[in-house]
Amino acid sequence: MGGVGKTLFGVAAILLIAATASAQQHETAADIEDGGRVFRSSCANCHGQDGDQVPGVDLGRGQFKRAQTDQDLIGIIQKGVPNTGMPATNFSNQQAARVVAYLRSVAASRRGGAVTGDAARGKLVFDGKGTCASCHRVGLAGSRVGPDLSAVGLQRRSVELEQSLLDPDADVQIANRTYRVVAKDGTAATGRLLNIDSFTVQMLDSQEQLRSFMKSDLRDFGFVASPMPSFKGKLSAQEIADVVSYLVTLKDRTVQ
Amino acid sequence: MTARVLALVLLLAASLQAQVTFDRILHPEKEPQNWLSYSGSPFNQRFSPLAQITTANVKNLELQWIWQAKSLEKYEATSIVVDGVLYTVQAPNDVVALDALTGRPYWTFTYENLPDARVCCGRVNRGVAILGDTLYMGTLDAHLVALDAKTGKLLWKTQVAKTGERYAITHAPTIVKDKVIVGTAGGDFGARGLIAAFDAKTGKEVWRIHTIPGPGEPGNDTWSGDSWKTGGAGVWNSGAYDPETNLVFFGTGNPAPDWDGRQRLGDNLYSDSVLALDADTGALKWHYQFTPHDEVDYDSTQVPVLADIQWRGRPRKVMLWANRNGLSYVLDRVTGEFLLGKPFVKVNWMDGFDPKGRPQRVPGKIPTKEGSMVMPTVLGATNWAPPSFSPRTNLLYVGAWENTGTVLTEGLSPRAAGRNPMGQSTLTPNLNKQEDGFGVIRALDPQTLEKKWDFPMNDITWGGVLTTAGDVLFSGGKEGYFFALDARTGALLWKMALGGQINSGPMSYSVNGRQYVTVAAGTGLFTFALRQ
Repeated sequence: MGGVGKTLFGVAAILLIAATASAQQHETAADIEDGGRVFRSSCANCHGQDGDQVPGVDLGRGQFKRAQTDQDLIGIIQKGVPNTGMPATNFSNQQAARVVAYLRSVAASRRGGAVTGDAARGKLVFDGKGTCASCHRVGLAGSRVGPDLSAVGLQRRSVELEQSLLDPDADVQIANRTYRVVAKDGTAATGRLLNIDSFTVQMLDSQEQLRSFMKSDLRDFGFVASPMPSFKGKLSAQEIADVVSYLVTLKDRTVQ
Repeated sequence: MTARVLALVLLLAASLQAQVTFDRILHPEKEPQNWLSYSGSPFNQRFSPLAQITTANVKNLELQWIWQAKSLEKYEATSIVVDGVLYTVQAPNDVVALDALTGRPYWTFTYENLPDARVCCGRVNRGVAILGDTLYMGTLDAHLVALDAKTGKLLWKTQVAKTGERYAITHAPTIVKDKVIVGTAGGDFGARGLIAAFDAKTGKEVWRIHTIPGPGEPGNDTWSGDSWKTGGAGVWNSGAYDPETNLVFFGTGNPAPDWDGRQRLGDNLYSDSVLALDADTGALKWHYQFTPHDEVDYDSTQVPVLADIQWRGRPRKVMLWANRNGLSYVLDRVTGEFLLGKPFVKVNWMDGFDPKGRPQRVPGKIPTKEGSMVMPTVLGATNWAPPSFSPRTNLLYVGAWENTGTVLTEGLSPRAAGRNPMGQSTLTPNLNKQEDGFGVIRALDPQTLEKKWDFPMNDITWGGVLTTAGDVLFSGGKEGYFFALDARTGALLWKMALGGQINSGPMSYSVNGRQYVTVAAGTGLFTFALRQ
């Protein structure tokens, strides 16, 4: 009796899940954002942030080996692909559907005539005209003041990197926020905020020094705009594309 | 230079985090505000030149901050402090950078050990080392990792040995010139100990030696049959370095199987020994074995303490050692010559030394069918917790277990392959009565190895000892008290219950001219300074 009851309940649950999944053909922006988070934490390690790291598959451009429909994709996300590196997951229909919605949204945003970059040329711009290493570190070279870029190709999508080059303040990661303090004697320090609490502030300052301040010693403190300049108008569209192409090659897994 | 300019220069020096050159590590006396290596100096004296806290004012110590580890493992790490930044380890292998003034975090590096990492006696770590802008840590899965000290970023990771062979690293690495030197734990599982040096910049191995000689090497014949292959002699505490002789010294652990010597007949070199190695090549220059053919568990993994003292009327470069086997030693650290040895607690397994310093065994003080009470206990007269030597008092201070013993009863059969790695004996500690065992901070005079004073505790102790130029001694114990003693008399000057076992050594540093003393208790780091 209990067994039959459980079975009936199970069927009802499946129907409910199926109904929920089909109802979610129109995900909200929050759903897509959520799908992006899941993608970055669970999928990007193999597929890459842009979804193009597995040969023959370019998730961000709607190129798949097997799947045709959203439902196919949800099935693959849940069950994996036998005898390949694609494992099964314990994602719910809803979670898997959100990842699919995210991938579809990325593909939609890609339909445009982007300039194709060249990574080798991009490295020259990075080291030269762009003076990027004066703030950023790649491997053991460059400054620690800005975000370390050694593995940025694993962490950020090319569209996000391009945005950071053109509009650095548009989307600053929480670990990369810039903070400024002014002591009562007028001396100021600016740096990457590492920790803040009711009484103290810790940062890596512009001289690459770990600094700690008591708020009671400060005249002023708060977030300021990123010291990263916009390269809009300073680098050509081709140079920007080249730098982005170079950045997506930075995949030092040591620092992950 | 005027006093004002000097003060300004000192302030600048204190506030700028400069590269930690090896010369700085060699000369901690030039920068008393910092604590740059596990025991404060390559001589492992765990002596702070700071003198703001004195025997007169230590009663005014006040808690400044606590940092709580997000870990329930034992907190055995000694923190290091570099120009106002404190680096510590959240067990097993997360590294944390804190503001030494406030205890607030700069960054945390999280390390995930391989799932097959195994250790005998706790998922612990005893600390990091620094050179340049890079921190170094050995991990439970037997890797050596290098981190950017400014950001906590992983720079490289080198596998030292295989977890599948039961290797692990638990001690703070030892820096010598441009090398990082570590040894491997795992002796209780039979893993053959090794010590290896790595290029500090690249992580590339420079040299490696095994603590048990292989076939054809001197000492291999001190193991019967193939027992050398699984003979243990792990290394799980930091080394010492003497720049004048370019020798690096490490203590080695027990032979395996631990409590059963029947299938490893012989002295079992170089278990329970100190090894003096050429720091550039790893070549063995001399050794001294404290406990030949050990069947109790007398690891000699205490940190070697080096000191330059007057000895019988002339200066002598010595090594001082209060050993787990209950004996204290003075060795010539240039030649390895045995100068003096004496029990520092109740000892019954030996009753003297031959002229070369070999202990003379008392028959029957091994595992027997009837059971034999051996003193000191299996956990030792002292264990790994770091001792202190004060160049002001010329005394060696050790956290000791007095009057302890273990009844060793021989098992029916020797160890079967892959089973009972510790051996078949059973061990019954003899800790029923108060007088059967208690902890004590004991001051020993190296000239005689006689006790100068005692500070007894009710319970045993796993606490290390710190002394300072203010002639204050700091230590603690299993009861959770952190206390200050007069280093000259042993008189209790101050105490505070920290509510958790003290399983590490205290250390001292200063920021902005104010002296701090910090110690781990339970799973927290507690930092004190004089009331202002």
